[in-house]
Amino acid sequence: MVETWHAAAFRRLKAADITVVGYVPDAGLKNLIADCQADNGMRTVALTTEEEGVGLAAGAWLGGARSALLMQSSGVGNIVNTLASITQACRFPLLVIATMRGDWGETNPWQVPMGQAVEPILKTLGAIVYRVTDAAQADGAIEAALRMAYASGEVAAVLIDQRVVGSKVFAGGDARG
Amino acid sequence: MAEKRLHRRAALKTLLAGRSDWLIVSGLGSPSWDLFSLGDRPDNFYLWGGMGAAAVTGLGLALAQPKRRVVVVTGDGEMLMGMGSLATIALARPANLAVVVLDNELYGETGQQKTHTGGPTQLAAVARAAGFPTAMDAVTEADLAALAAAIATGAGPVFGNVKVQADPGPTAYPPRDGQYLKTRFRVALLGEAGAQKVYQ
Repeated sequence: MVETWHAAAFRRLKAADITVVGYVPDAGLKNLIADCQADNGMRTVALTTEEEGVGLAAGAWLGGARSALLMQSSGVGNIVNTLASITQACRFPLLVIATMRGDWGETNPWQVPMGQAVEPILKTLGAIVYRVTDAAQADGAIEAALRMAYASGEVAAVLIDQRVVGSKVFAGGDARG
Repeated sequence: MAEKRLHRRAALKTLLAGRSDWLIVSGLGSPSWDLFSLGDRPDNFYLWGGMGAAAVTGLGLALAQPKRRVVVVTGDGEMLMGMGSLATIALARPANLAVVVLDNELYGETGQQKTHTGGPTQLAAVARAAGFPTAMDAVTEADLAALAAAIATGAGPVFGNVKVQADPGPTAYPPRDGQYLKTRFRVALLGEAGAQKVYQ
């Protein structure tokens, strides 16, 4: 059986001694968040907005801990100033895992403008972006991003495409949140 | 006329009198100048940007270093921008974290415009409602002494809102190279080897 993207991600985060995990939930992150919450060696932090996670990661790094920041892609819009003004100004490492909305197969038009802006915004801010379009790519992408963040000291973002997490379809009577 | 308001630097000196190995993060603007004015130390991390993020930076540090006391010193404008982080901190409930706001009711760096705390907003009440087990206002010297005791010995997270006068005190700018501030902090805390450890 092929390993799911989130199982690969969790295994890599664990192996890399990621001990602080900030998150704003997304349906696509449900399993990864649950795995991190269930792990005694990981401290998960529920954030009210994604930008808090950027400060959280900087503080954790000051204290010698490696962290990961989990969000839906729309959260990239919320992290901009903190990422530029703290992370990049001080050259803090940062690992972001974002599950995409507003892209492949999106049916909610309100998601599309931000979804299409995610990658250009991250690149403008100097982040290194890896996109996972197939679950089999997750292991390699997370490992590469971990090295980029915690060996090379960069901002690395792994975008999990809707081809992997699925595209929510708002059909009549579909009550999925 | 009421008793003259506390001065931010004298108040901060009182609050940090018990400091031994406390790790301190200061918010951009006057709080960073205030902390530096009390004497530069490598285990001070002075923010010069990232408005709104001081308290959560302290949270990350407190989670990474649960045996060390972590104090965030910031201003009312900065705290207002990161008000949601009070809920985040209350939920995470780090016992070793204190957040202190030096509240002059002004955006001091941008032309002394009034903040919301000069109007209806009370940050200690916000912190209490967000779920901080200890959230105190400090207006008098007696209040300040009680807050200092809570910071030094209280089970956190502790929140303190100190009403201070507008006078910022003499100019005192800490180093502004963020990479330098980050690295010297980590070397002081983790040692050379710990600070250089890389993922492989």
